[in-house]
Amino acid sequence: MSANNQTTKKKPYGAAILMGLVSAVLYSVLLMNQDIANRYSGLGGLYAFLPILIAFLFSYIHGSFTGHFWTLLGVEASKKKKEVK
Amino acid sequence: MPDIVQQASNFIDLDAAQLIYLFLVGFVGGLVSGFIGSGGAFVLTPGMMSLGVPGLVAVASNMCHKFPKALVGSLKRAKYGQVDVKLGVVLGISAEAGVLYGAHIQESIKKTFGDAGSNLYVSVAFVVILAVVGGFVLKDAWKTYKDGNSNEEEKVTKLARWVQSVNIPGTMVYFKALNARISVLFTIPLGFATGMLAATIAVGGFIGVPAMIYVLGAPSLMASATELVIAFVMGLGGSFKYAMHGLVDIRLAMVILAGSLFGIQLGAMGTTYVKPFMIKVVMGVIMVIVLFSRGLMVPVYLGQLGLIQPLEAMTVKILKNTSFMIMIFALGLGAFIVLRAMWQGRRAEQRAAQEAFEHANG
Repeated sequence: MSANNQTTKKKPYGAAILMGLVSAVLYSVLLMNQDIANRYSGLGGLYAFLPILIAFLFSYIHGSFTGHFWTLLGVEASKKKKEVK
Repeated sequence: MPDIVQQASNFIDLDAAQLIYLFLVGFVGGLVSGFIGSGGAFVLTPGMMSLGVPGLVAVASNMCHKFPKALVGSLKRAKYGQVDVKLGVVLGISAEAGVLYGAHIQESIKKTFGDAGSNLYVSVAFVVILAVVGGFVLKDAWKTYKDGNSNEEEKVTKLARWVQSVNIPGTMVYFKALNARISVLFTIPLGFATGMLAATIAVGGFIGVPAMIYVLGAPSLMASATELVIAFVMGLGGSFKYAMHGLVDIRLAMVILAGSLFGIQLGAMGTTYVKPFMIKVVMGVIMVIVLFSRGLMVPVYLGQLGLIQPLEAMTVKILKNTSFMIMIFALGLGAFIVLRAMWQGRRAEQRAAQEAFEHANG
């Protein structure tokens, strides 16, 4: 047993794979439909909500994936509780 | 507005090499932003323009990647107790006003003096603000290091103590980052200046973070984390404004976001391993190097405006490329310092855990 094994927290394999897949699908759809994306992004007016909503959606899905990705690689925040004062 | 329509219809074709380039610059920019609360944008906008993206579309798309990135970064850093949401929102709202005013000034300068005048204004703002603020931040970080105070709690400046002591009835708000009540009459101009800088050089945090540390009295870690909330508020409003004119290239924004979300998670985690003065080191180093990068371009714009003898085309090209390379170097060096500090912090922690384990098992 190594000292690094202090916490035997289960690694989030399932969540990482799921979010990674959804993220990959979202990016594939966006990049395979660039013409449509450009057409609607360029319309302006009320269509302004579209890029904003897309940005929120991607940040949630891809943000969750990237968080799990680093956890799986063993990169995590310091275990020492830092008091910010 | 035919100009805008023309720009919007000018979304470029993206090939694989460009996608990888944007992803990588996004990653490094995200890493630095996660650590110091901002940065990256000063490379991303010219970086996109170097691919042929029109200026306004580059600014709009950069902004549209900034707010979701800042959202993810601030949520991550909130887990470490580093975010003061109230301070971020209060500063963010006045920053939004600053962005609008800054954009208005930019437009007026462009109308009166043309592109060269506008570029000169941006470069002079870069040089003056980064020299004053960046020099101060770096000097402070150096002093902390030299005096061997890097392990001690950060001291609140005299100015911040005075700001916290002023009581203006009806305007006082408690902020947890400061552990004090201060008048919003102090936060409004600081937020406004942050927004104006964001509209001018794309990185409001170069004023926002030092202002929170030195004028309001926030600890470095909380200031840099709270800046992410300001960036979210400012970026969301700004993105919507640009999107209303059809200027956001959502593909560019999302590809940069793909890289920057990897980076921002790492940068945010990095803050839990380092001493607070490292925030000032990274920020100061980047600011001072970028200052030289923009300073190189000043003679080019002065020449274009006819204020000095115009430079030869070859000289302009060399200066432009050197300036861009220095910017990339600044961002790369910032990222290197963050990763190195994080690596050392992790190793020290692992060693301590190993020793504790061996000690316990005699």
